Amino acid sequence: MKVDRRSFLGLGLGAAAGIAVSPVAIKLTDDSSIWTQNWPWTPVPEDGEITYDHTACSLCPGSCGLSVRRIKGRPVKIEGIDGYPVNNGGACLHGIAGLQYLYDPSRVKTPMKKENGRFKAISWDAAISLVAEKLKDLRRKKMSSSLACITGSDKGSVNALFKRFMDAYGSANALSMPSLEGNLALTAATLHGADHTIGFDLENSDFILSFGAGIIDGWGSPVACFQANASRKERHAKLFQIEPRLSNTAALADKWIPIKPGTEADLALGICAVLLNKNIFTPGEFGTGFSRFTAMVQKAYAPAKVEATTGIPAAQIDALAQAFVKADMPVAVPGRGRGDYGQSLREFAAVQTLNALAGRLNQKGGAFVMAAADYLSFPEAVMDMTAEAGAGKDKLAATVPQFFDTLAASSAPAVNALFVYNANPCYTLHNTAEIKKAIAKVPFKVSFSSFMDETAMECDVILPASTFLERLEDVPSGAGLSRTVVGLSRPMVKKTVFNTKNPGDAIIMLAKAMGGTVAESFDWDSYDQCLESVAGDIWDTLSDEGVIVLSKGAPNETVATDFSFLSANPAGAGTTGQGDFTLVAIDNLRLAGTVPAASPFAIKTVSDKVLLNKDILVDINPDSAKAKGLANGGDAKLTTALGTFKVKVNFDQGIMPGVIAMARGLGHTLANNPFAGGKGVNVNDTIGPMIEEGSGLDAAFGTKASISRA
Amino acid sequence: MSELENKAEHGSTDGAGECAAGDPKDDKGLGLGVVFFMVAFVVCFLSGWLLFPKLLYSKHEQPFNFDHALHTWEMGDCDGCHYVREDGTWSGIPDLASCMECHTDEPMGFTEDEAIFCEEYVAKEKEVPWFVYARQPDCVYFSHVAHLNGENAAGKMDCKTCHGPIGDSTSSRPYEENRLTGYSRDIWGHNIWGIKKNSWDRMKMDDCADCHVEMDGHKGYCFQCHK
Repeated sequence: MKVDRRSFLGLGLGAAAGIAVSPVAIKLTDDSSIWTQNWPWTPVPEDGEITYDHTACSLCPGSCGLSVRRIKGRPVKIEGIDGYPVNNGGACLHGIAGLQYLYDPSRVKTPMKKENGRFKAISWDAAISLVAEKLKDLRRKKMSSSLACITGSDKGSVNALFKRFMDAYGSANALSMPSLEGNLALTAATLHGADHTIGFDLENSDFILSFGAGIIDGWGSPVACFQANASRKERHAKLFQIEPRLSNTAALADKWIPIKPGTEADLALGICAVLLNKNIFTPGEFGTGFSRFTAMVQKAYAPAKVEATTGIPAAQIDALAQAFVKADMPVAVPGRGRGDYGQSLREFAAVQTLNALAGRLNQKGGAFVMAAADYLSFPEAVMDMTAEAGAGKDKLAATVPQFFDTLAASSAPAVNALFVYNANPCYTLHNTAEIKKAIAKVPFKVSFSSFMDETAMECDVILPASTFLERLEDVPSGAGLSRTVVGLSRPMVKKTVFNTKNPGDAIIMLAKAMGGTVAESFDWDSYDQCLESVAGDIWDTLSDEGVIVLSKGAPNETVATDFSFLSANPAGAGTTGQGDFTLVAIDNLRLAGTVPAASPFAIKTVSDKVLLNKDILVDINPDSAKAKGLANGGDAKLTTALGTFKVKVNFDQGIMPGVIAMARGLGHTLANNPFAGGKGVNVNDTIGPMIEEGSGLDAAFGTKASISRA
Repeated sequence: MSELENKAEHGSTDGAGECAAGDPKDDKGLGLGVVFFMVAFVVCFLSGWLLFPKLLYSKHEQPFNFDHALHTWEMGDCDGCHYVREDGTWSGIPDLASCMECHTDEPMGFTEDEAIFCEEYVAKEKEVPWFVYARQPDCVYFSHVAHLNGENAAGKMDCKTCHGPIGDSTSSRPYEENRLTGYSRDIWGHNIWGIKKNSWDRMKMDDCADCHVEMDGHKGYCFQCHK
């Protein structure tokens, strides 16, 4: 018997036939196709119980309520909370992308100390004792006033703890960054009395006269504003938008009134003049300076003069004034763009005066002069001699821009130590190069930043803060919202992603390490315990419901208006530098002008007409551009007093000739963050500050510039 | 004449000679080929049916035996433990906390399985690592609420339609996992050929589609399940 070729053939055929009539082939075909869909390196999120937990957003002053979808405790999706008294189910793109900040590549992952120009990781205990020793040393030398503190805002308990630390330590130099809320509080203090703020009842008004306020471009509490705007059609409410550029808000308005940049206050005062001239204003409790104000505007803001300043025909100004007072529930809204940076008190006061003259204060659909939210009851800080002495001294400056002006001007360090929390002055303030030089003069700087941003990089120690999704905090509303709402931000992760702490805890630890009366002023084991005790009466509701409404509807009181500030006819902000063009900074909803920088998701949604790959585009009217030989989409050199910048050109019919607009929020230099960092130009590098006399605000709305083909 | 030339002239004789009938040597060759064929066929056929399924699936015993029948009797019905939450999500297999609403670290009965549960899991506050027979792959989105609390008949399905009479079982069968895909054997079904007698015997995409065609007249769209 010979086993030959045919035998093997038989074997093979037999095997094939046997397998063919067995389920092996069909089953393996199916399984192998499934197998290719389950490569071990394909990330598969962990499965588990799904929960929806409520928190409050503190990325911007909007204070929206957010519902976080979590799987087995891990947050996976953010949406607005239905029925929440600020955003009623809505959420903006920054809020829904809030999860990305948890894992942001520029997060500061652990406390850091700078040694020979490089950051080195240290423990929390080492970092706290390092800062405490430096501060104790200053205090021993009777130099407690030379500690300054810059916070992003002065609202809420965490900011209050920073202020309390400054008080107990003995320094009056606690400052907060420019903000819409701050500008409104200053306006209220100037016109109506201290400890007030102004809210605008946009959802009830039937005629919104917006002086450049980006109602759908991020002004105020953005989602509340979107919703107020969205309901305009049903309510037959009108929106007139006054600004030099056809912004998204202007495009959706019933009327867009182009105006020469920076002359909004003149127009508001011009309208006041018409109301007073024609006696069509509503008399109110007009105190000091009303007659002087009347005489002043009638003389200095006669329609013909205002026409020359603003470029708006006198007849149109007259018609605008008549339309404003004829409407049932008109309201005038100040604050170009987001209303935070580059604003002047003169402009805010002029617009609010318009509300006063139209009888719109504390009226439905008007401007509400509301008492500042006062829901936290801290016990008195324990003050020793040093603290008392510090409290008695004058502040170095009224505002942060003015503070940096003082720092830059002094040869010896104006302060010896600086705290920075939730603020990025080295990116956000005008002329960042000068700000960086000024901050370098401070010998010891401590950052409480969550991200390695421009200011954190300049600091000596970083005590990294947990992001809003990782910590407990009260989130009070503000920024022009017509009601006072306090939300509760709650940890949405089982533990912090990195070795970070709630800044409230960091400051309590620091106070305890300081010892003495400073430690006595911080008699809490943790920030969570502190919040529970200082929130007092509202804590139960706040912790159960996650939100409490402290006031809503028109305040039931008449408001007096003091005209003395405006009656002196304060000077408006001009522009510095040379050039045929006026460069203005514009706010883009998809970018963030302050902290934190826009998330990778938000950056991806920015139009190619604003950011193309790594190049920023500036808006320019085609007629102006062609006169300069510029091509649409082409490269250009933009020159201001601060330098020459490489930009691309975007032809935009919707911008006044002679004006160039550049978006805020680009040109970041963030460590390890290629998404928001290294893209475009920071508009604040191109514009110098212009401190307004009387208010200390940086009122620079733009600068003179020239542009040429690159 | 060379051999090559000889071949060219008379043609090759090898093939003709071998193919010629009546050569007893050739018959043997063919016969052996058939034998080999038959042996290979039978071995592969039987392996495909009997050995292959055993190799393809690995068997795992559940952490301890679970008596569904007893619990259904105690709890009233399936939804005593498996239910749609208020927000529409599915509770799935109860977690330890849910079990502990009834059980404590002291057994209520006398079974060995309950003793394991109480000692190993309740007392140690450790979740039971159940193997889930009906788990669909991650790429599939399945909404229990749409099939239980829907408006029409298709939305009011009985648990048994997909899960079979598991509620009547008194012991847990071993969990079988496909070594290649990692899926539970219940998805393909226990019949290795994929043949099913009952609606719950198999839960592949076609089974979902068949039911959807029957109830809705349409298979549905890809994105309904594959989000």
